Amino acid sequence: MAEISLALKARSKAPIEAEAICPDTLTGKSPSEVASISIWEGNRKIKLGDLFEIHGSTGETPETTSIVLEGDLSRIRRIGREMTRGKILVKGSVGFYLGEEMSGGAVIVEGNAGSWAGACMTGGTIEIKGDAGDFLAAGPRGSHRGMAGGSIVVHGSVGSEAGCWMEDGTIRIGGNVGIFAGIHLSGGTILIGGEAEGMIGAGMTGGRVVLLGRTLSILPSFFIDDIRPTVKVGEEKVTGPFYLFVGDVTEKGDGKIFVSKEKNEHLKIFEKYLP
Amino acid sequence: MELLIRNGFLYDPINGIDGEKVDISVRDGKIVDKVDERKAKVVDASGMLVMPGGVDIHSHIAGPKVNAGRLFCPEDHRTRVRCARCFRNCEVKTPITRSGVGCSIPSTFTTGYIYAGMGYTTVVEPASPPLKTLHTHEELNDIPIIDKTCYIRFGNNWIVMEYLKEDKIEECAAYVAWVLKAVKGYAIKIVNPGGVEAWGWGGNVQSLDEEVPNFGVTPREILRGLCKVNKMLNLPHPIHVHANGLGTPGNHRLLLETMDSVRDLRVEDRPIIHLTHAQFNSYGGVDWDSISSKADEIAGYVNTHDHVTMDMGQIIFTQTMTMTGDGPFEYLLHKVTGNKWMNVDLEVEAGGGLVPIQYKRSNYVHAVMWTIGLELALLIEDPWRIFLTTDHPNGGPFINYPKVFAWLMSKKARKRTVDKLPRLARVRSNIAGIDREYTFYELAIVTRAATARALGLKNKGHLGIGADADISIYDIDPKKTDPSVDYKTVRKALFKAAYTIKNGEVVAKEGTIINCDVGRTFWVSPKVPEDLTKSIMPELTEKFKEYYTINIGNYGVPEGFLAKSEPMEVESEL
Repeated sequence: MAEISLALKARSKAPIEAEAICPDTLTGKSPSEVASISIWEGNRKIKLGDLFEIHGSTGETPETTSIVLEGDLSRIRRIGREMTRGKILVKGSVGFYLGEEMSGGAVIVEGNAGSWAGACMTGGTIEIKGDAGDFLAAGPRGSHRGMAGGSIVVHGSVGSEAGCWMEDGTIRIGGNVGIFAGIHLSGGTILIGGEAEGMIGAGMTGGRVVLLGRTLSILPSFFIDDIRPTVKVGEEKVTGPFYLFVGDVTEKGDGKIFVSKEKNEHLKIFEKYLP
Repeated sequence: MELLIRNGFLYDPINGIDGEKVDISVRDGKIVDKVDERKAKVVDASGMLVMPGGVDIHSHIAGPKVNAGRLFCPEDHRTRVRCARCFRNCEVKTPITRSGVGCSIPSTFTTGYIYAGMGYTTVVEPASPPLKTLHTHEELNDIPIIDKTCYIRFGNNWIVMEYLKEDKIEECAAYVAWVLKAVKGYAIKIVNPGGVEAWGWGGNVQSLDEEVPNFGVTPREILRGLCKVNKMLNLPHPIHVHANGLGTPGNHRLLLETMDSVRDLRVEDRPIIHLTHAQFNSYGGVDWDSISSKADEIAGYVNTHDHVTMDMGQIIFTQTMTMTGDGPFEYLLHKVTGNKWMNVDLEVEAGGGLVPIQYKRSNYVHAVMWTIGLELALLIEDPWRIFLTTDHPNGGPFINYPKVFAWLMSKKARKRTVDKLPRLARVRSNIAGIDREYTFYELAIVTRAATARALGLKNKGHLGIGADADISIYDIDPKKTDPSVDYKTVRKALFKAAYTIKNGEVVAKEGTIINCDVGRTFWVSPKVPEDLTKSIMPELTEKFKEYYTINIGNYGVPEGFLAKSEPMEVESEL
């Protein structure tokens, strides 16, 4: 696999829209050609070469191209936008909209990611070893479409509204989540390893949220349905036991929330409502 | 500044010019007989199509509800428009133009740029409540290049309804004239007469003879009353009516009744009622499953009665936004689609709502709607009485007009879309059986000449001596192109005007803006006897105190507020 490395050499005050950093765009270009691609910094156009030290080579097809980014890229947005194949490795943190609308390929971030990571993605994988911001995998504001496929793994914590309007795919979160995880969920699975701040699955109509840690309360628009010993997330089996809540009834939904029984002893009061 | 346009094939229906090679001379923004060839700037239009600048009679481009739509649908800012210019989701700033976003509800500047790029030079915002017209003018001022104006809504105005109830038609006329003058409006717009007021109580009116709650007038009386007022004031445009029952199956009867309700008021020389986005009012059937096209009946009526004009309200299969003053209809749409909904009630005057919608080819109802718009345009024989609109953005963004041009001009283009419709819609529609194809001459009528004439803008829509030098030139040879076969070429060429000339200046070239100025805002100032206006003022002041949250002195828009004010004095018959 041909590898091209882009090491950040300048720091920008304005946000940078770098949708050009994507295997589909860089494929077949020499480092000097890559350096001459123009991107937007705030309201002016700059060259990729102004920002990065570029070495290595790209493959002939996106599949054989691997992009390695180095440095603190937290002001750089839309890396890997609409990527279909190939690989991006970020040795540092990235800004907003990582892998927006991507449909294939792999992105690995060794630091943190900004908000809207994996926004509206339909395929491929994103792995974030640090934390991710708000609106993980959500669509743009106002839109009723979120992630529709693929998988996201976040080892750290995630902000609010993770998986907003998600339709399909899997999100695995190792750490804690903010409020409204899985809001408006209609399909797919969200696995939360840590604690959830609350209001999980508000307005969900389908899909599943699995919570291994503690949460303060469950929304009153959900009702308890069962206690399950295990739950399947993708191929793996997660052992519980879990309280199963179904809702959101305000949306006539059939979404499922699995909440760890061990970690949530205060939810025991719901057991008397078990059917 | 002199300009000479040479060797173009001119289509100027008002002057009866059908594709002749005519040179056009322009001096100081007006068409003149002759200019000095050596001094004038020459635009070579050989092998090109030359038309007067486009005049759009109904397009929601400014005002509070348009802005509400922008706020309410931030995702629209990111919708990508597949257009001939590029594949884009934003307008990038250049030294001349400003940046902007939006597809179904573009930002104000972008609206002006896209219209000018398409060769349109006059556009009307069709529904501005008087109280909010200050906002409308604020946005109209920001729309560059094109000339514009706005209609003022009176159909559910309490004061109008009270005058009509008491049969004080002259006082009503004086009041309407006072409002038009105060807020700088152009014509009387009636939205679902009575129905929007009833919506304040959670209802709607189902027929023309149902009383409006608390007012004791019927929609028929409102229509007839305002039609008489319009005649008395001698306004340049007839009443602009969004009929009752819009968007519900079986509403064609209401449309026929609405047209018929003012038939006896007809005058010899011009239409007295304009039915806007008639497509939304031409449905047969009893429910969504049995909804069908009644365009043939409507067209039959229009063909035999000359007091009516119409515009299409064609829908386009795309994601768009519906915004109308018809509150109950928007609620219905929200219930049907499940999409987000916004409702507005404005004190004394109006209401409204917004719901985003996606028109899908595979949806039977949408397919029927699509056929109705085209059937109306093709079955109404006189192109001077049916105009091309998509009721932007309700039927589809105006950026899609070239698609409609292609459907009108080519049976082949229609067939290509019809083939993709659901079988039931295909079987129940007779669109495939219509052979008529618009010529360039007829296209110039429905997009320019007829609309300008209906608006009463004497210097627009034609290129005779003395007319405004608003000219659009398209890079297509009308003598060599057969639009019925090469509809794709037509669509592409008409999307991007080779030259758009506004007030004698080339403003756009190949669809790109090269010169940016502020357009004029037209408004009417009807002359009403002073003692009549004076006689209604005490009562009006009382009503303002009682009904409004603002003082009568703070009502209206000062003339200095308009970027380029263009008042039109009209002699009333009062």
